[in-house]
Amino acid sequence: MTSPYPIAMIVGLLIVVLSVASGLIWLERRLLALWQDRYGPNRVGPFGMLQVVADMIKIFAKEDWIPPFADKAVFVLAPAIIVATVLMTFAVLPIAPGVIVTDLNVGLLFFLAMSSLGVYSVALAGWSSDNKYSLLGGLRAAAQMISYEVFMGLSLMGVVVLAGSFDLVKIIEAQRRMWFVIPQCLGFVLFLIAGIAETRRLPFDLPESESELVAGYHSEYSGMKFGMFFVGEYLGVALISALIAVLFFGGWLGPWLPPIVWFLIKMFCFICFFVLLRASLPRPRFDQLMSWAWKLMLPLALVNILITGAVVLVFR
Amino acid sequence: MLSLLRTMWAVFLHTFHRRVTVQYPEQKAYLAPRYRGRIILSRDPDGGERCVACNLCAVVCPVDCIALQATEDEHGRRFPEWFRINFSRCIFCGFCEDACPTYAIQLTPDVEMGEYHRQNMVYEKEHLMIDGPGKYPGYNFWRTSGVKIGGKDKGEAEHEAPVTDLRTLMP
Repeated sequence: MTSPYPIAMIVGLLIVVLSVASGLIWLERRLLALWQDRYGPNRVGPFGMLQVVADMIKIFAKEDWIPPFADKAVFVLAPAIIVATVLMTFAVLPIAPGVIVTDLNVGLLFFLAMSSLGVYSVALAGWSSDNKYSLLGGLRAAAQMISYEVFMGLSLMGVVVLAGSFDLVKIIEAQRRMWFVIPQCLGFVLFLIAGIAETRRLPFDLPESESELVAGYHSEYSGMKFGMFFVGEYLGVALISALIAVLFFGGWLGPWLPPIVWFLIKMFCFICFFVLLRASLPRPRFDQLMSWAWKLMLPLALVNILITGAVVLVFR
Repeated sequence: MLSLLRTMWAVFLHTFHRRVTVQYPEQKAYLAPRYRGRIILSRDPDGGERCVACNLCAVVCPVDCIALQATEDEHGRRFPEWFRINFSRCIFCGFCEDACPTYAIQLTPDVEMGEYHRQNMVYEKEHLMIDGPGKYPGYNFWRTSGVKIGGKDKGEAEHEAPVTDLRTLMP
């Protein structure tokens, strides 16, 4: 079931989502500064809000250079993939009752599929740059994303069992009595960690690890292509925050404020939480990261499904 | 895991801390009175120049940024004909201030010396001279030294005993 004005919805969604991603540039810098006892950008506009415009002008004006030793087609394709997959996932996200681009009845599965495609972009970016450090970054990213994707899907199965459907709108409807974070607290934590790893944010940002690998898989990128990776990362943060709000915290459900306001408040809280993680946590070593995923998180995800399934079976 | 949550909570509490940024140029950082900033040449309490062009500051300077030329006026008083400090070389160590016998050359807590052209970083005597005594008010070298210059004969300086004529010491 699609909404009656699909083109308007799509355009509106694109505008909102891209504004959120660019606003995140400013928000992240100001919040990081707040937690580091300093001011962020505060010169350019009121509270530094025009810094985003300044950054946009800078990125557009930069020389967009493709290294002569790089694999041209793949080099250009890689940033496009990440932005395309993240934007496509936004199409199944319910923002308010009736405000959704397309209400797929396998919406959650669509999101998992798109995040799996996102692995391609980093791996291809690292490979096509023809550069040791980019390759290392790309390999780390691919390994990290695939490992954390395994239990991301599994952690969501608890939500699906409780809601009885993969449809995101039905999942929200099923949370009218109680938000899923309460029965699914373990699943929530697992999905949160998997989401951070999928978007390659700190503490899981080894692929781009600014201080270790120059810039990791996107060291050869400049200008708008780099801008695409950058914006793609912020879009991913916005997407995971929105998904956490939808899947575990009731989406647009809430007492007396209009539903879209509730959705935006919840999404904003999780975006701030992502920035807090960046401000506070150190980066684990890559082998620590991988062993955590396979030896700790995956068994916990399986245990979560086991317990959820058992409880649902006994009580229904 | 618990240590991670504790770290996140501790960082979150920083929202309520004051920020340590000094918003230059609206606010300026505090510089102590003995801060080694811009170099000046000071004057006597009577208004004359303190510098006697002894070249001690130029000699002691570790990077050789001071250059001067001595000359004498009609009263026999030495002063620099020209005095040049190249601030692109100066390391603001303060050795010249320590070496100066007359408290002429001093370092002040002023650091706003940015220029667009390197030539403007070479300060001549008219850029270095100030009208006051600087950090050491009340000291006049010529009054306390034993040098015979116009208006002051041998034995007439402050804290100086008068000259004894050796020929009148005969028993």
